[in-house]
Amino acid sequence: MFRFIVRRLLQMVVTFFGATFVVYALMFAYVDDPYQALAGDRPLTDTQRAALDARFHLDDGFFQQYWHYVTGLLTGDLGETTTGRSIGDLLAEAWPVTIRLALLAIVIAAIIAVGAGVLSGIRRGGVFDTVTLVLTLLVLAMPIVVLAPLAQLVFGIQLGWFPPTAGRDAGLYELLLPAVVLGSLVIATELRVTRTSVAENLRADYVRTARAKGLAPKRVIGVHVLRNSLIPVVTLIGVDIGVLMSGAIVTEGVFNIPGVGFNLFRGIRAEDGPLVVGFVSVLVIVFLVINLVVDLLYAALDPRIRYE
Amino acid sequence: MPGKSPWKVAAASAVIALLAAGCSGTDSDDTEVVPNSISIGIAEPSSLIPSNSIESSGSQVLASLFYPLVRFDPTNKPYLVAAQSITHDKTNRVWTVRLKPGFTFSNGEPVVADNYLDAWNYGAYGPNGQLASYFFSRIDGFADLQSKDPDDDGPEKAPEPRAKKLRGLKKINNLTFTVTLSEAFAGWQSVMGYDAFYPLPKAAFSGDGVLNKEFAEAPIGNGPFKMKGTWQHDEKITVEKVADFKGTIPKVNGITWKIYQELSAQYADLNAGNLDIETKIPIENLASASGDLGDRLGRTDSSAFSFVGFPMYLDKYKDPNIRRALSMAINRDEMTDQVFLGSEKPATSFVSPAIEGARSNSCGQWCEYNPTRAKQLYTAANGPKDIKIAYNVDGGHKAWIDAMCNQIKVSLAINCTGSGLPKLGDVVSRARAGEDIGLIRLGWTMDYPLMESYLGPLYTSDGSSNYYGYKNSTFDSLVRQGSAATSTKQAEQLWNEAENQLVRDMPVIPLRFGQNVFGWSERVTDVTMDLFQKVDIYTVDIAS
Repeated sequence: MFRFIVRRLLQMVVTFFGATFVVYALMFAYVDDPYQALAGDRPLTDTQRAALDARFHLDDGFFQQYWHYVTGLLTGDLGETTTGRSIGDLLAEAWPVTIRLALLAIVIAAIIAVGAGVLSGIRRGGVFDTVTLVLTLLVLAMPIVVLAPLAQLVFGIQLGWFPPTAGRDAGLYELLLPAVVLGSLVIATELRVTRTSVAENLRADYVRTARAKGLAPKRVIGVHVLRNSLIPVVTLIGVDIGVLMSGAIVTEGVFNIPGVGFNLFRGIRAEDGPLVVGFVSVLVIVFLVINLVVDLLYAALDPRIRYE
Repeated sequence: MPGKSPWKVAAASAVIALLAAGCSGTDSDDTEVVPNSISIGIAEPSSLIPSNSIESSGSQVLASLFYPLVRFDPTNKPYLVAAQSITHDKTNRVWTVRLKPGFTFSNGEPVVADNYLDAWNYGAYGPNGQLASYFFSRIDGFADLQSKDPDDDGPEKAPEPRAKKLRGLKKINNLTFTVTLSEAFAGWQSVMGYDAFYPLPKAAFSGDGVLNKEFAEAPIGNGPFKMKGTWQHDEKITVEKVADFKGTIPKVNGITWKIYQELSAQYADLNAGNLDIETKIPIENLASASGDLGDRLGRTDSSAFSFVGFPMYLDKYKDPNIRRALSMAINRDEMTDQVFLGSEKPATSFVSPAIEGARSNSCGQWCEYNPTRAKQLYTAANGPKDIKIAYNVDGGHKAWIDAMCNQIKVSLAINCTGSGLPKLGDVVSRARAGEDIGLIRLGWTMDYPLMESYLGPLYTSDGSSNYYGYKNSTFDSLVRQGSAATSTKQAEQLWNEAENQLVRDMPVIPLRFGQNVFGWSERVTDVTMDLFQKVDIYTVDIAS
């Protein structure tokens, strides 16, 4: 197990630098004039340009700029946005609220998906199963750009059950609606995978054996079926973090939550290269860590993987 | 027991999530808010340093923190606010500003002439890279504060400018200073009403000409409100009334500038009663806004101006009849009604008629929709059979460009296509290089309420935003004479004559003038907005 973790950690370092290099190169190719994006419809004078170039090294070549970025990164300095804010501070402000939102979304999605999925799987073909299948189809067909404003309009404004926007210090209640919207992105797939997986395992030999031994149905499902059925679901939940982060770009905008997606979107719109790269670097780390956690969970769920 | 571990993990993560989500209080907002205060939605300002603020969100907040030398009445004439008197010599070159005594910054520092001189010198000094520095360019000695990269494009560093202070600024005594312009300009008093001309306290500077880094997070102004805490980025800026303020006293006790990324989120909050004023109703909500808000929906003129410029450097548009015909082929009313849902007004002049002295229909017949006449003119002048309209795709212009092209197609029976370029910078640089990119989509908002703020930058030969290459020496000299005129009446006359020259030449097609379309909650009354797209913070009141 220990060697497994060390090997994974070493792989993470390589992946991190590879991924950030690619992102940096892409951003470098995309950004051509962030100052103009700042100044709107009015052209900047040469003096202003020169002053800003000196500050952000934007007239240097690609490798020089990348060098500035990597040395800054290794010393913990992520640089400044084109409006002069420290990206480190921005990250520190944005992450907590996004993590809260994402965790809440995952928990809501997982509880609903696993619960309903297991029920559907056991009573395959029944009324409950059919209804959930139709509902998940609906949710799958609805893109988040439609779902988020719709939920805001119906539950936030017309029914008034939830506040229509959340903000940075949002508590559980304010975050509930955005989290449900965000979670709905992954509920459908998670539910369907759980259902299929449960249905498959119900037919497996070891379940038949367990039943034949005369074990209580509760124990058969709770221990024998569920444990094996959860392996694909756990992988999926890990991968879904990525879906949630991209969904957060829309959701955070709609519900005015100044988190990671909100900042990323702004950075892309303002051609703020350093801002985007800074946030993406942390996103890469999050992905890597989550993947590690998923792999470890695998090991917990399936002893055969543990001793590899 | 390995068999139990997945459940433990799941349960633990659920607990962590709920704790994380629930750990911060939800009621902290209510306790912080000043009683009798209102909230106004803005976007995240790019800066709160007056000389670095060129967008409306920053400008809004600054208007509550600072007290300008002059403000503008409903007809956009300047009147004195922080200034006791503003006088000028016969040539309009040397302007003397006397400050009202007794004013202080919110930290207790008295407001003196030096505060203005320091702030303006800081704003004008090239290496500080202030976005609004061009406002100081009329002051004598501005060029000496700038420096140019010797080889035009790195790696050699630009040398230090020749001077650190503007030669044209002179302190006379504690409350008086003079401004010498490099060229006579009758409208200088109006220019000084802009944000870049606010004073900065001594506390703003850590050394001579060096601004404190913390100052930008919590600016100290000479205005009716002061910051409560610091700027909470992406969330809010709270200001509260300054006790015994000497100037005009606003009616509300405080303002929370709530920061939003999306206008539609603001609109949702406005409807749910969580926000008091939204300064711009998003276009997708305009159709339902009058139903949602009823008489709490307001419309006033803004200074925004949308137009399309002809590439005057190309021969195919040389004949003015071609330009007139294209202008007459466009149905402006239909465009503002259908595409903009009445949030903009059709433009039939080259200068916003909301400006003192400007006329509303100077363009006359050339800006009227008349497809038959347009077609006759166009065929007689043998105009190009295929035209393009270049625009930047990041600005949401596609819908109306396409609509306009369709109108041209139908009216003139020629082909018209919108050609999208990624950024405004691409459009401008290709026009400057003399490329045939077709007609050019452009927009403008004024810097100060004077006709010159449109005529000078947009149409003069060396105008900073004249990308389409219009050159007419008669026009240039009329604008210049107007600027140097001794009375505003005379200036306006000359500027109107200059505009007549534009009508004869039609270097651009005027399309639309902007409007502030804003909404407010039931909590507030007397909400008005000015040409600068700012809420008047002095008149707004809490509904009784």
